[in-house]
Amino acid sequence: MMTNTNQAPAKRHMGMKALNRASNSVIYILLVIISVVWLIPFIFIVLQSFRVESTYQVGYVIPKQWGFDNYIRLWNTDFKKWYLNTFIIAVAAAVLQTIIVLCMSYTLSRFRFKMRGPLMRFMLILGMFPGMLTMIILYRVLSDLGLTQTNAVPGLILVTVASSGMGYYVSKGFFDTISKSLDEAARVDGATRLQVLYKIILPLAKPIVIYTVLTGFMGPWGDYVFARYVAMGTSSGYNVAVGMYSWLTNDQIANYYTTFCAGGVIVALPVTILFMCLQKYYVEGVTGGAVKG
Amino acid sequence: MKQYSGLEILRLSKWQRFLYKLASFFAAIPHAIAGFFKRIWGSIKGAGLKVANECRDIVSAFVHGDYKTKISYFIMGFGNMARGQVLRGIMFLLFEAVFIFYMVTTGGYWLSMLGTLGVQGPTKTYDPVFDTYVTQYNDNSFKILLYGVLTIFFIIAFIYTWRVNIRQNQIAEKIQASGKKLKSGKDDLRSLVDDQFHKTLLALPLTGILIFTVLPIVFMILVAFTNYDGAHNGFSNNLFTWVGLDNFNTLLSWTGGKGGTQSYSATFGEILSWTLIWAFFATFSNYFLGMFVAMMINKKGIRLKKMWRTILVLTIAIPQFISLLYVSKMFAQNGLINLMLTDLGWIKQPLPFWTDPTWARITVILINVWIGIPHLMLIVTGILMNIPADLYESARIDGANAWQQYQKITLPYMLFVTGPYLLTSFTGNMNNFNVIYLLTGGGPTNAAASGAAGSVGHTDLLITWLFKITTGAESQYYLASVVGILVFIVVALISLVVYSVLPSIKNEEDFQ
Repeated sequence: MMTNTNQAPAKRHMGMKALNRASNSVIYILLVIISVVWLIPFIFIVLQSFRVESTYQVGYVIPKQWGFDNYIRLWNTDFKKWYLNTFIIAVAAAVLQTIIVLCMSYTLSRFRFKMRGPLMRFMLILGMFPGMLTMIILYRVLSDLGLTQTNAVPGLILVTVASSGMGYYVSKGFFDTISKSLDEAARVDGATRLQVLYKIILPLAKPIVIYTVLTGFMGPWGDYVFARYVAMGTSSGYNVAVGMYSWLTNDQIANYYTTFCAGGVIVALPVTILFMCLQKYYVEGVTGGAVKG
Repeated sequence: MKQYSGLEILRLSKWQRFLYKLASFFAAIPHAIAGFFKRIWGSIKGAGLKVANECRDIVSAFVHGDYKTKISYFIMGFGNMARGQVLRGIMFLLFEAVFIFYMVTTGGYWLSMLGTLGVQGPTKTYDPVFDTYVTQYNDNSFKILLYGVLTIFFIIAFIYTWRVNIRQNQIAEKIQASGKKLKSGKDDLRSLVDDQFHKTLLALPLTGILIFTVLPIVFMILVAFTNYDGAHNGFSNNLFTWVGLDNFNTLLSWTGGKGGTQSYSATFGEILSWTLIWAFFATFSNYFLGMFVAMMINKKGIRLKKMWRTILVLTIAIPQFISLLYVSKMFAQNGLINLMLTDLGWIKQPLPFWTDPTWARITVILINVWIGIPHLMLIVTGILMNIPADLYESARIDGANAWQQYQKITLPYMLFVTGPYLLTSFTGNMNNFNVIYLLTGGGPTNAAASGAAGSVGHTDLLITWLFKITTGAESQYYLASVVGILVFIVVALISLVVYSVLPSIKNEEDFQ
């Protein structure tokens, strides 16, 4: 009797252990497959950027002849101009957008004023209109201001930054989690609202500031539609997305496919490195903000 | 519909319970919509009453006020200055002066032209000296509409400021009557970083939104009621003008479109239904697969958690246009995958990833999974960690297997917490321009629909269609604008219905 009762759970334990090990190995296999699938396109891009023997699409991945020809070729196109354009937009957007988003989200999280509710509802409704719709008029306004084509960069910065106040949700969610009693204690001690903001809240808000800077910086690298519209076929006003898209059109792809790959590597490298360094903050922002929305 | 009480529901079988829930969801929709319109009617009535009250207030303030208040009705800020609040008074007066100057010099013209959007288009006059025709540009419909709207905004702002000016006089009169001191200009300035700090903080962002989002949207809504297109661009060829609801009729009528092939409404319906199908699959495939991947990585006993996560997160870092364009070319007719499979001898003909409608649609959804899973994995990981571990512990003691635990604990919890996120990602996917445009460009071409409304493809969403309409040869801005308004209506309806049945719309103050 005694041995029986002792053995039964032990056996079950053994069985579960084996089951667990089996399911774990299945999971490992799946995870390896997933990793391969997710990484393969990027590995391919890197490999093909070093292919020298041909510039069009081929049915193999490992180059037969290795070399930096594509990167050298990149240097001789307008690519460096596009890259500089995008970089300027990205830096400006990162700085200005952060200021605007922080003003907006901090106010909506901390202050209770009469128009707060209607304002938030209004912006929610505004966000339901497809942004693409405003492109035509924004283009006309920018062209009246002389901020299109060769001057596309300031134009794009203006438009990107001006409407960025709408994206306050994530950082408002963050400010909501900072206890209000901190503010009140400081207010009792005689601090003005402004002092509360830069002496107490901002130091605590470092993660969300970094998140906002990071997303602001990364956005312009992928901005395609409006950038194309504003540049209107003037190569010196392109950003990388618009410029490199023009290499993949049906009549260009045979000449520029591997150049595109090289350009992709050059564009992705700094952004990816920056992102990986600040990954922690990005994850915090996404997990905290997305859910509360 | 039959209503069940709590106990009766428990007695139903699982399948019946599901049907019952489904039915009550749909049964709730008309009620929710009715409630919405009732609320709108209520707010209109409330606004009407408010305006009436305001008017009564304004009149009575004029009758009972002293001379300082009375003069302020015509010269804004007079009362403030007379009472020693010079800074405020100057601001009011300045605003009035600017307003009057603007209305007299240009504002009046824009406003008077708003009804017709311009009467005189460009004219050509013969110049005998140079023997050429000289074009003279007259009215500009585009500017008239734009600045007309801006002028209306300005008038509303003026009326509001005028009202504030009167109320301040009333209040100041009362304060002085009770013998207290009024706020000085210095106090006003100080309050801008203190009590009124929110106004300082919001000034810049809201100005930006007003000029670069609200104004364009109002403008584009109005364009839907005009005939603004490439052939009526408003200044250099023809003026455009108001056409009422004609454009809505064109889009929603069942008669044939251009070339008599397929009506706009059929095209619109086709694109709308694909947009909804796409949004559904894009959202839920990502959601469930992302959850699956996150749970695998988070499972106890799986090592190198950080590495798996980093590999997936890496794909977020790389700008989407690079990965999407590259993958799009990979699947092309003469792309890497087809060439590879041909070289291996596995296929004779290239696989029609982007040329066959069904293939293209499935490929787009699959590639979207590739794009979306890393995001979902991050979000889900955060939530999974918040589920109390003792829930699983007690479930395990009760003998629940992994699937039961998922079904009874993880999934309900996830759905509850991520309800709002699912909604925003559904509507976001409806407007997911980048994925569709960079992958397929909307193709393969839908011949029947293209005959009616420019180039339309089988994977075109409403939003990419809208883009094609505006950038197409005829630049039918008015049509794009109608499509945009319809997109808004669809998105708003979905949000409204879902929001009214979501359990997780909690009071935001709960977290503070």
